[in-house]
Amino acid sequence: MAACEELEREYEKAKRDPRFKARLAELLKSFAGRPTPLFYARRLTEKVGGAKIYLKREDLLHTGAHKINNCLGQALLVERMGKHRVVAETGAGQHGVATATVCALFGFACVVYMGTEDMRRQELNVFRMRLLGAEVRGVDSGSRTLKDAINEAMRDWVTNVRTTHYLLGSVLGAHPYPTMVRDLHRVIGQEARKQVLQAEGRLPTSVIACVGGGSNAIGIFYDFIRDKKVQLIGVEAGGRSEKLGEHAARFRGGLPGVLQGTYSYVLQDEAGQIASTHSVSAGLDYPSIGPEHAWLADQKRAQYVAASDGEALAACKMLAQTEGIIPALESSHAVAEVIKRAPKMKKTDVVIVNISGRGDKDIGILRENLQLDSACR
Amino acid sequence: MNMSLAFKNHPGLVAYLTCGAPDLGATKSAALAAIGAGAEVLELGVPFSDPVADGPVIQRASERALRNRVSLEDVLKVAAEIRRQSDVGMVVFTYFNPILRMGLDRFASAAADAGVNGALVTDLPVEEAGQYLERMRKSDLATVFLAAPTSTDDRLKRICAVSTGFVYAVSRTGVTGARKDLAEDARKLVERLRRFTKLPIAVGFGISGPEHFRSVGRFADAAVVGSALVQAMEENPGKEAQAVAELIAQVVGRRPSAVSP
Repeated sequence: MAACEELEREYEKAKRDPRFKARLAELLKSFAGRPTPLFYARRLTEKVGGAKIYLKREDLLHTGAHKINNCLGQALLVERMGKHRVVAETGAGQHGVATATVCALFGFACVVYMGTEDMRRQELNVFRMRLLGAEVRGVDSGSRTLKDAINEAMRDWVTNVRTTHYLLGSVLGAHPYPTMVRDLHRVIGQEARKQVLQAEGRLPTSVIACVGGGSNAIGIFYDFIRDKKVQLIGVEAGGRSEKLGEHAARFRGGLPGVLQGTYSYVLQDEAGQIASTHSVSAGLDYPSIGPEHAWLADQKRAQYVAASDGEALAACKMLAQTEGIIPALESSHAVAEVIKRAPKMKKTDVVIVNISGRGDKDIGILRENLQLDSACR
Repeated sequence: MNMSLAFKNHPGLVAYLTCGAPDLGATKSAALAAIGAGAEVLELGVPFSDPVADGPVIQRASERALRNRVSLEDVLKVAAEIRRQSDVGMVVFTYFNPILRMGLDRFASAAADAGVNGALVTDLPVEEAGQYLERMRKSDLATVFLAAPTSTDDRLKRICAVSTGFVYAVSRTGVTGARKDLAEDARKLVERLRRFTKLPIAVGFGISGPEHFRSVGRFADAAVVGSALVQAMEENPGKEAQAVAELIAQVVGRRPSAVSP
């Protein structure tokens, strides 16, 4: 608690400090590569038929995903707090890579916790983190995925709290993390809103993003929340089936609960034990969801749907072959939803899909799951 | 005020057990053995899938218990059985989600019916505890909270204001688990807590031997032995009760009395 209070105080001060804001803006521009383009996906639009599809290209950021936005902001806070050791959790490895990257940039010691199941399926990112100088510690408990990595990162943090900052990678955990991480990703929606107004002269009909913890989704949703007519659609991992344990769709069977300091929808059994989850994408494979998404769902301001493993894999292939963009398997869930939804919309409708990360890290899984030969085109 | 959580010995001994590891029968006989060996308060640990505040020993015990699908409801049943044989103080030690799932109302009634004296909810900060406190008071159940060495005075004051039964002082930053050295942190924390409460203060996290026990006795009212007991049970399959009695006797520096298995 003391550490959360310290972080909250420092963040509240930093938010109002013009030097902090200027340094963050400069890093986002010159190091991470912001602003990211809003790209009109002409061939995908034609192929799917219906609404005009735009892609917000967070996959083009340095380290390959939106995660760097949050990591740069928190790294500046670590420096302000005078700490010099950072721990983080990672599922798909994208947050781990972004954390290892900022630690190299700022000269912090870095330990990343990762479930051993995720280390296996995201091997490339494990190597990238190590190359960047981070220590990657495998977590062998529970389902050996993101949830278990968070448990272990929290244990490290509370043990070494006087020197160590927990660089949490999603809109989860205790206050101030969910609001702070959201603020650091708001830039996605701020840019997208400006860009779509410039390109189309109007606001989009819908904004679609995948939701694990929900950081990329809340980042792109946030500045559209007050635009009541803009539909906000979060896409959860439908996994293999609708059975508990075979998916990570919290709004499909999840109940209010507390996990890792957050009160939100949680996949759990009748005794309140947290359920195991499954998704082909490690980044969405988590039994709870950021509390602000729970609120948006309860308010009916956003709706949450699910895409299955199979739909996400097919969507990944379709975007690769129509637009020359290989999305991360997480982002592929959002692409799968636009493929389902756009044909039912008018040609004058405009949809923005957040391509939160690129798929290079997923090549191994894609190779296992997609049979590509000359006939497949 | 719930007097059954008072300590007659000095220092008093609080024994923590993860219920259902290896099974509920062993938990019951180990609990009775702990009482026989001098434990004045039992902390009945509810196994949880994501025990973020616990070290490897209690994590493993929780996994074993969950393989037997041991639930909060089962823990209350064991409590009721122990209550039939002893007037020992009993505190349910749990994460919040199992209580939330059962329902606060049902939990408080069931705990009171089982003869439990109170609860300690590891991941429920005092700031969020309003409804919980109100409901627990209604059933005359004690609410024990954890105080950490990193807590500010302001926070310690708030913790003391809503604690009943005793205050649990965490000896150092980190998770549960036996340690060779007890940090100086513990003494300082207890001294700070004394300014805000007249309740007994129990020190826990890391206590495994007679030296720890004696040194805690110099500044606190009671010591909690947890992971060391759970580990002794893990290492002595089939002889859990005996292992618990022997370890407690050793920690408190008394000869073990005869224990019925």
